[in-house]
Order: sequence, then structure tokens, then C-alpha cells
Amino acid sequence: MATVETWPGKHPDWLKHANGEAFGQVKDAPIGHGNMKRKEDARFIRGLGNYLDDVRLPGMVHGALLRSPYAHARIVSIDTSAALAHPKVAAVVIAKDLETLGLAWMPTISYDTQAVLAGDKVRFHLQEVAFVIATDAYAAQDALQLIDVEYDVLPAIVNARKALDPDAPLIRDDKVGQTDNLASPEWEAGDKMNCDRVFGEADTVAVRELLYPRCHPSPMETCGMVADMNPATGQLNIYNGNQAPHAHRTVYAQVAGLPEQNIRILCNDIGGGFGNKVPVYPGYVCAIAGSIVAGAPVKWIEDRSENLVTTGFARDYNMHAEMCSKGGRITGLRVNVIADHGAFDSTAQPTKFPAGFFHIVTGSYDLDGAHCTVKAVYTNKAPGGVAYRCSFRITEAIYCVERMVDALAQEMNADPIELRMRSFIRPEQFPYETQTGWTYDSGDYEKTMKLAMEMADYEGLRREQQEKIANGEIMGIGVTFFTEGVGAGPRRHMDILGLAMNDGAELRVHPSGKAVVSLSAQTQGQGHETTFAQIVAEELGISPNDIIVRHGDTDKTPYGLGTYGSRSTPVSGGATAVVARKVRDKARAFAAVMLETRPEDLAWEKGRWYVKGDPERGATIESIAEYAYGPNPLPEGLEGGLDANAVYDPPNLTYPCGAYISVVDIDPGTGKVHMRRFIAVDDCGVRINPMIVEGQIHGGLAEGVGIALMEILSFDEQGNCLNSSYMDYLLPTALECPEWELGETVTPCPHHPIGAKGVGESACNGAPPCVTNAVIDGLYHAKGIKHMDMPCNPARVWAAMNGNAQPPQ
Amino acid sequence: MSINGQAQSHDVEPRMLLVHYIREMAELHGTHWGCDTSNCGICVVLMDGEPIKSCTTLAAQAEGHEVMTVEGLAKADGTLDPIQQGFYEEHGLQCGFCTPGMMVTGRALIDKHPNPTQMTDHEIREAISGGLCRCTGYNNIIKAIRWAAAHEAQAAGRS
Repeated sequence: MATVETWPGKHPDWLKHANGEAFGQVKDAPIGHGNMKRKEDARFIRGLGNYLDDVRLPGMVHGALLRSPYAHARIVSIDTSAALAHPKVAAVVIAKDLETLGLAWMPTISYDTQAVLAGDKVRFHLQEVAFVIATDAYAAQDALQLIDVEYDVLPAIVNARKALDPDAPLIRDDKVGQTDNLASPEWEAGDKMNCDRVFGEADTVAVRELLYPRCHPSPMETCGMVADMNPATGQLNIYNGNQAPHAHRTVYAQVAGLPEQNIRILCNDIGGGFGNKVPVYPGYVCAIAGSIVAGAPVKWIEDRSENLVTTGFARDYNMHAEMCSKGGRITGLRVNVIADHGAFDSTAQPTKFPAGFFHIVTGSYDLDGAHCTVKAVYTNKAPGGVAYRCSFRITEAIYCVERMVDALAQEMNADPIELRMRSFIRPEQFPYETQTGWTYDSGDYEKTMKLAMEMADYEGLRREQQEKIANGEIMGIGVTFFTEGVGAGPRRHMDILGLAMNDGAELRVHPSGKAVVSLSAQTQGQGHETTFAQIVAEELGISPNDIIVRHGDTDKTPYGLGTYGSRSTPVSGGATAVVARKVRDKARAFAAVMLETRPEDLAWEKGRWYVKGDPERGATIESIAEYAYGPNPLPEGLEGGLDANAVYDPPNLTYPCGAYISVVDIDPGTGKVHMRRFIAVDDCGVRINPMIVEGQIHGGLAEGVGIALMEILSFDEQGNCLNSSYMDYLLPTALECPEWELGETVTPCPHHPIGAKGVGESACNGAPPCVTNAVIDGLYHAKGIKHMDMPCNPARVWAAMNGNAQPPQ
Repeated sequence: MSINGQAQSHDVEPRMLLVHYIREMAELHGTHWGCDTSNCGICVVLMDGEPIKSCTTLAAQAEGHEVMTVEGLAKADGTLDPIQQGFYEEHGLQCGFCTPGMMVTGRALIDKHPNPTQMTDHEIREAISGGLCRCTGYNNIIKAIRWAAAHEAQAAGRS
């Protein structure tokens, strides 16, 4: 057997590495915020990450899912006998087996139900039909071929508007009283009468039909699980890279009827999430059921086709949008949405917000009126509706408003930046209440926009564009200015499945002054092991190298709702700062005893309490920790030790913003879009680790450019998904990405303990409309074309530039 | 075959993929799997110094060849290869899943380039364009490869 020779643990001299970089110690680490290399990288660069497929348990068997080749069909019969006769097959599970366990259907996070394995009929292409468990993964795949399913094929609906036709086939005939394909009642926000009045008084109105196509987060590691039900103790250990381990534990307890204290979720390293790893998928329930049935740990990992076609799609919003102006500024916005939720409504959103936060659609502008409605429908497409690097439909909202500002600028014959500048919410208007009910916390939009213009040399670009167009070339300049609401959220407004969207933190300072901070947030690559150590370091004045961040084990971390919607820093970061301040306050009481004075006579400087007016007399956190655990007298009313807990309930969302400018060159002969430049100025408040923040922006920009130019899940008339591998579902490579040009402004969040706002998703929100606006800007100036939908791939741009722009199928 | 200089011999099914052989038989988990179709580059290893996609190579095809995985980059005493150090210094990774494939691809690029310190941006982008990274947007991966090339040249100049 081979040994991993490169790991110092296997080398005779390994101990010399134990206090060094190989174990995550970072040279020149700041005591607090600032640029710092990542602690977690030590294992990743050695190939020693511990991802889901690296989990190996004694006796472990392998699961695989049989999936439907049809998008809509009745199941007539399922014959599993040949599969069961395969020598390596341990069990085959179908819907009726799950019924006996009460697991045939599971609740979704939108209070709908979803079939774990289809029993009555299949409702989308590649829906789960049977689960095979075999002694190795190859045999499990072989056995799938031995299952014989007879289908009675039904007409499929893959177009959201057609789903509302009175004669459309009923998709959810399993639901009592369901007579049409509406997934939820129409939902609205804003004052319709006022909005109508504003439109009535307008000078100019722009109208566009916008389709934000169905796309997929597609992290490089697919989804999967190792479920290990211990038949002796009833303990269920679940290894599963997911973004919300605590919420998953509660859901599994409800779904499987298992005692919650017997369930432990273990997320090791996660190869990206981007929203894809928020939901509970049928494969997970199958793995758990399989472990119960087989009496052994079951590993199930989906392949790339299963990932792309069946899990966690994003967007699929059909938007009819109107925007109006009066006196040269934007005054009103009206949007009617038909949202395609697929066959089961498992879209991710807080309970009180059936359309997520879509009604933040008024953007960064001081409008006189706005009204929006959202209608959700069932179709024969995969369920999901997760937010792909997005806080609950904010991406769709930002795309809508930012496309419409450009459309209105065209109708007004105005410069798109000038129109934005004239319409911005001004700094003195914060806190600002929008027409649809959000209270924006802070921002200086004009300053942020101007910095982007300077970096891009906007005037120069416009001059260059004129010259290019005159020469028959096509150059486009795209602009967006977005405002997001991230960090859900205040418990009085926001819950998912009845769980308040708060997060916990626990901090233990050990006798040596070293610390462990435990979080409910769950990193998928965002660098929490570094950033959260820095938050504690900033508050306590100890080195981030002396702080371990614990996450990903529900038995060892406090409750909270996890990492998505850019909520880690706004919510868990708040909890971490608060818990560190609690420890600091406790340390003050100890220091007062140690220094024989009163706590109020002490002042804090990073790392120590000292006597006001006598700074030489002080006690460091290390000495206070030693005292707190030692056989020493305690401050009155305090127990020994130096630790604390906190649950952070954010008073509001945080509202990061950004100004983006992109430059594209379009080949007039082929329609190919070349991304020449991308300037991104983000204001996410206080930056804890600027290096990590910039990395987050880089990644979001690449995903946003991908969405704008190439990413789409499309379907044929029979409901077959046409993008079932990376040969058809295109992600941007290094060749499609420009060198990102970043800038920043800092408007601290007034209500967050450290003034931070959340940034993980900003770029993926701002980039798609920015690039689309650039493409359309080019086509408009060269050929008078006013609209096309994403993705702006060569074939579609070619059609658009020849006057045949069509929404994608 | 040999992997990272160590001889390997197992009886395997003819259809076994090299990526599965590396992970399951040689028990080297640093090489990951991402797509099945040779599009993502997560599974890249070097075979006789050339980057190949181990998800579309049969284990049997590697017989008689020298395979290098991410575990073969650092020295036995734990000293990192400059490419590993470069990814660390330049924040060239986030979730770490594509990182082994990107690092060995970068290693091969530097080894084969006649003048690594003079690589153009486009040459680096093209070399890594067989791989997908969803986290970094590639900027810092390019910087990481440049860091490695520059520091190797510097070290060679001193010695």
C-alpha cells in the first residue's frame, strides 16, 4: 500500500512542523482584521482536504439512484428482482418500501411536499425512482440497469406561461384540492394605486419582457452523503457537505421521526456550495433509509448529470417590467413575475417572503412608486429554486431593475450612468424606507459610482466606442449599480420552517490564553477558519494563530441556520464579535480582582485591561485566563473559567452595494462576446480580511459572467433537460474571464457589531446585468437592438444582432 | 505503474478509471473527481510529466507509466513545492477542490515552458483552461503560477 510521504505526520521529523505553517500557523498574522493568508490552506495545498468522498467507514456500502428517462409519466410497474439477484446488491429501495418507513414524501423548505422516490408518477426528467445499495459503486451502477420500470408517458409542461393554460395537464395531482398548476397564491408588494398614479404622470416609460433563465450553482464537488445508522445505539451520524448543518439535523428529525439528539451532522471540507448545498435532496433521505435497511453505512454521491439536472436550480423568472421617469429621474417601477418552481416547490426563502426578497427590486433609487407581483407555477422541471450565490431572489431583482434602468436610459436618450446618478438614494436619506418596505441602512452611492467611472475612464471608453462603431466594430459598455439586502435575518420577520434565522457562537479561552470559537456557520471555501479567528483576535487582542475555529459538527457547535445569503459575516460574524466582547467583559471583572481595583476603573487596549491613569498596572488576556482557571478568588457573582455563549439576532439586514462597469467587444461576424474589462467597486462595509473579500468578489464575478454569457438549463418539448454535462452546461474557464479590476468604498454598517455587511454574493448579483447591459449597449449603438435575454452566447447574440432575439427555451 | 515514485500493483477490473484507482487502491485522496466528461480538470494528474484527466483514463492504461499526484509535489520532509507555496501566498484557492488539479497543471506548465518567468497571461490562461474553478475567478490562480515561476528562477539564480 502506498503511503502519503509528503505529510509531515508520516515523516520522522514531523514534530518540528507541529507549531508551524503545516498546521495552519500563518506568518505575520495581524492581531485582528487585515490581510492574512488562510489557516485552512495548509491542508488543501497538500491534497489533504477531507471531502465527502474521502469518508470511509468500516462495512460501508454504496448507493445509486435509478432516475426517470421521462419528464412526466405514470409509473405502471417496477420490477427489481433482477437487480436484487445481483451478487453484490444488498438492497433495492422503491417508493412503497419508503412508505412503510414513512419516508416516501418529504417536506420542502417552502412548506410543499416532494417525493423521495416516485411512486405514482414521475414529474421531471431524471426524477428519483429507485435506490440500489451494493458493495461497491461500480456494482451499484450495474444493478441500476437491471431494474425494469414500465412508464405511461404523459404530456410535459416546461414553459411557465403554458403551465397556466386552462387545459394544461395537472402536474400535482397528488395534492388534495389542487386543480391547476399554481404553486402558491399571487404575492404582491408596494402600493399599486400610488404606482399607477406615478406611471400616469410619467414623461417616459420603458417596457421589457425579461427572462432570467434557469441556471445552476454547480459547485465543483457534487452533492452526496454518507449515512451511518448505528443499530446498537440508534445514533445516526450523517456525513454530508451542506451549508446549514443544524437546520438539516432538525429537518431529518422531523422527516425520519428520529430523536434529534441522536442525529449528528458532520460536514468536513466542502468543495463549494453556492446555494446548491442548502436543501435536503431525495438522495440524502435514500442514504439514511438505506443505512436503516442495510444496517451499514451507506455512501451516495451524485454524478455530474444528476447534479446539473436534478438538484437546486436557480432563477427561472419570467418578468414583465415597466419603468418610468419624470423630470429626468427614475420615478416608478412595476414588475409582474411568473416564477417557474418546477415539479415541487422547494424554493428557498424565509416563511413570510413567498417570493424571497424579490421586492428589493426598487434597487438603489429614490422612487415615487413601485409595485410588484409574483406568481409561482409548477412545471415538469426539477424542483429547487435555490439562490445561486444570491440572497433569496435578490439576483433576479437586481437583474430586473438594472436592465430596466438601461432600457429607460435608451428610451430617454440619456447616459445610463447619468440617469442612475440623478435617481440615487442620497447619503442623508439613510436609513431609507423603500416603496416595497425595506429599510436600507447606509451607503454613499454617488461616491461608489464615481470611483468606478474613474477606474474605467468612462468618458474615454465612450469616445472609444464611438470610434469603433464608426469603423464597423461592436463595442459595448455595461453599467450596474446594485444594492443587496443580506444577512437574514431579524427573528421577528425571518424564519425557515419555523426556525428563526439567528446564529450562535461559543468562545472558550483556555488556561493558556489560546481559544476555540465554535460557529453555526458552515464554510464551503469562504475561509471561515481564518476570518472568524480574526474577528475574535480583533476583540480580544490574541493572535489568530492561537484561535481554532470549530464548525461542521452539530454535536460540538451552537445552533444556527448556516451559510448562504451572504449571512455568515452579518449574522455569525455578529455572534462572534458579541461572544468575544462577553469574554472581554468577564475578563474585566477578573482583572479588577487581580489588580485590586473596580471594573469601572479599568480601560481596554488590545489584549489587556489596565488601570485608568496608571497604564503600567494591567493584566493581559493570557494572564487573566490563567487566573480564571487557577485556584484564585472569584469576582462576586462570577464562576471560574473564561468562556461565553451568544445567539445573535440581527436588528436588520445589511445593505452592501456596488458599482460595476464592463467592456465587451462583439465579433460582428460570429456574435462572439469577448469580455475585455470588468471594473468592480464594492462597498461591503468594514472588511475583516481584504484578501479573502477580494477573492470572494473574483469568484462571484466569474460566476456572474458565466450566467450572462453561457450558463443555462434548457429543455426540449418533451421535458428533457438538454444540459446534463459540462459539455452542454458551460462554465467560464480562465480564457473567458478578464483580469478583474477591483475598487472599494467603505460605508460601515451602522447596526452591525463590527460594521461589516456581507459580500459573498455581491459580484454574482451585479455581474449578470452588467455584462448583459454591455452586450445590449454594443448592439444598440451599432444596430439599434434594444433587448436580448441571457445567455449572450454567440448563437443568441448573432440572432439578436440580426433582429431575431428570442427568449431561451 | 508507479505513483509518486512508488511502485503499485493491483488486479483491477478492466473498466476501472485511473481516478478511482488512485483514490481507492493507492488510497491517495488528494486527487478529486468532478465531472465524468473530461471538462472540469478536477482529476488532473501528471502521467510521464504530461497533465491528463484521470477520470477518462483507465487504470490499466497507466501500466508502465509514472503517475504524479498532488501528494508527489512536496518533498518527503514536508517542504512545499513552489507551486504549492504560490497558491498559498497568492490566495489561489478557496474551497480547495480544484486545487490539486490546478497545481499539477501549473507544475507541468512551468516544467515545460522554455522561459517560465516570461510566460504571458494568455499562455497561463490557456494552460489552465482545461480546468474549472468555481471559487477564485482565476485571477489568483494565475498569480500563484507566476509566483512559483518567479521564485523558482530566483532560487536557481542563487544556487
